[in-house]
Amino acid sequence: MTRDLKKISIHGLNKAFGDNHVLRGVNLDVAKGQSLVVIGGSGTGKSVLIKCLLGLLKVDKGAIEIDGVNIARQTGGDRRLMARQSGMLFQSSALFDSLKVWENVAFRLIYAEKKSHKQAREKALDCLAQVGLAPEVGDLSPAELSGGMQKRVGLARAIAADPEILFFDEPTTGLDPIMADIINNLIVDRVKALGATTVSITHDMASARKIADEIAMLYQGQIIWRGKPDDIEHSGNPMVDQFVHGRAEGPIQMQVRRDFISKK
Amino acid sequence: MNVVTATGRLTLDAIGEIGRIANFAGRGGTTWFFGPFYWRAFFDALARIGYASLPVVGLTAIFTGAALALNIYEGALFNVEAFLPQILGVSIVRELGPVLAALMVAGRCSSAMAAEIGTMRVTEQIDALSTLSVDPFKYLIAPRILATTLALPLLVLTADIIGVYGGYLVSVYALGFEPTHYVTNLVDFLSVDDVTSGLVKAAVFGFLISVMGCYYGFKSRGGAGGVGSATRTAVVAAAVSVLASNYLMTSLMVEV
Repeated sequence: MTRDLKKISIHGLNKAFGDNHVLRGVNLDVAKGQSLVVIGGSGTGKSVLIKCLLGLLKVDKGAIEIDGVNIARQTGGDRRLMARQSGMLFQSSALFDSLKVWENVAFRLIYAEKKSHKQAREKALDCLAQVGLAPEVGDLSPAELSGGMQKRVGLARAIAADPEILFFDEPTTGLDPIMADIINNLIVDRVKALGATTVSITHDMASARKIADEIAMLYQGQIIWRGKPDDIEHSGNPMVDQFVHGRAEGPIQMQVRRDFISKK
Repeated sequence: MNVVTATGRLTLDAIGEIGRIANFAGRGGTTWFFGPFYWRAFFDALARIGYASLPVVGLTAIFTGAALALNIYEGALFNVEAFLPQILGVSIVRELGPVLAALMVAGRCSSAMAAEIGTMRVTEQIDALSTLSVDPFKYLIAPRILATTLALPLLVLTADIIGVYGGYLVSVYALGFEPTHYVTNLVDFLSVDDVTSGLVKAAVFGFLISVMGCYYGFKSRGGAGGVGSATRTAVVAAAVSVLASNYLMTSLMVEV
């Protein structure tokens, strides 16, 4: 892969909270238009990684380059300017409950891009249609929606400004398998339509296989394997095998389980 | 850990917290100068903090004015018809109006701010604001601080009028005072400085109340328990800062 094709480049990313070193030199590249899914168990640093990419957490060491510009040290206006080319679907959807659904979707258009309410509403209703929601949903409050509908609204909000980069944080967590598959299909469909580069984090293997061009596994703050979704079944890495097949026994030992066994 | 170490650590923690609040207040109080300013968020906050607080502030003022009139009447030894409106007016306008209105707003609004912003924090809505290229300080904090700082003097002015009217009702209808005497004594005695000192205090109280509500909400962590704790701390901190700053301002305003 040549350097000019890279949309996102992460070099030696380190992040610690006190003595807890969550990320220990993460290196990752994502090519333009590619979908990278980072998998890993709870507490392995997936959320911290995505928050560093979004600028929500300060990086201790290392670089995050987007289109060759290191954004790891950017703050304030520069960071927000860079954020304009990205969209994010949060695990909890993170919809603003004081606003109507259409205002949530149009939020960036109104408040950051200074579009008129009429233009923003039209665009919001268009985005809601793209994720399969009727225009009437736009006038509801987020609290009136089911979990699946909230995810769709979150996706509509993420794509409303036609971003070049999309981040997905556990996009199918808390959804039933059918709704999870619908969300996965919507993600694949919308990402293709936008031609966006995406970084997702999940521990849902069905979701990872569906939306990924490539999968990377994060373990103890480092990327321990990376490859195509078809190759993950034969990764040759015992930790990846254990995770993919959801086995309790293997090289990855949960702290809780060890404590439990030692007490017995 | 011995007592000296514990005291030292507590002192350092307290100084650190005051520094963080001062930093937050400075950022929240100045960020709206540099735009963009979110007018809708400002007017929403103004309506919720100012207009919606009118009933509770009004009720507090009228009952305080009425009770104060009875207390002054009972304690006065001579010429009560002249002294009562004067003492009542000064007490309401300079102290009780600003302090009681501020305490009511602290209870009602700093808790609401902390709960609302804290819930937004723990449900990632504040992170979402950042990812949507909107500065949470400019959208959430600055409008609330400005709205409370502007609304509280108006609320206090209203409380002053209603409080004095409460005293009037008791004086005229329960104690049998001559209405014109009450009004004349009040107007002749009260100065513009009395009123403006109360309004200046109110603006400072409004600033402090909103900073406490926003600060503890903004830094809350850990779900419902964290939001509950932030709300409780915000109300206590707002009330204490109102009372402490009231003493400081009074000591600066009063010539002893």
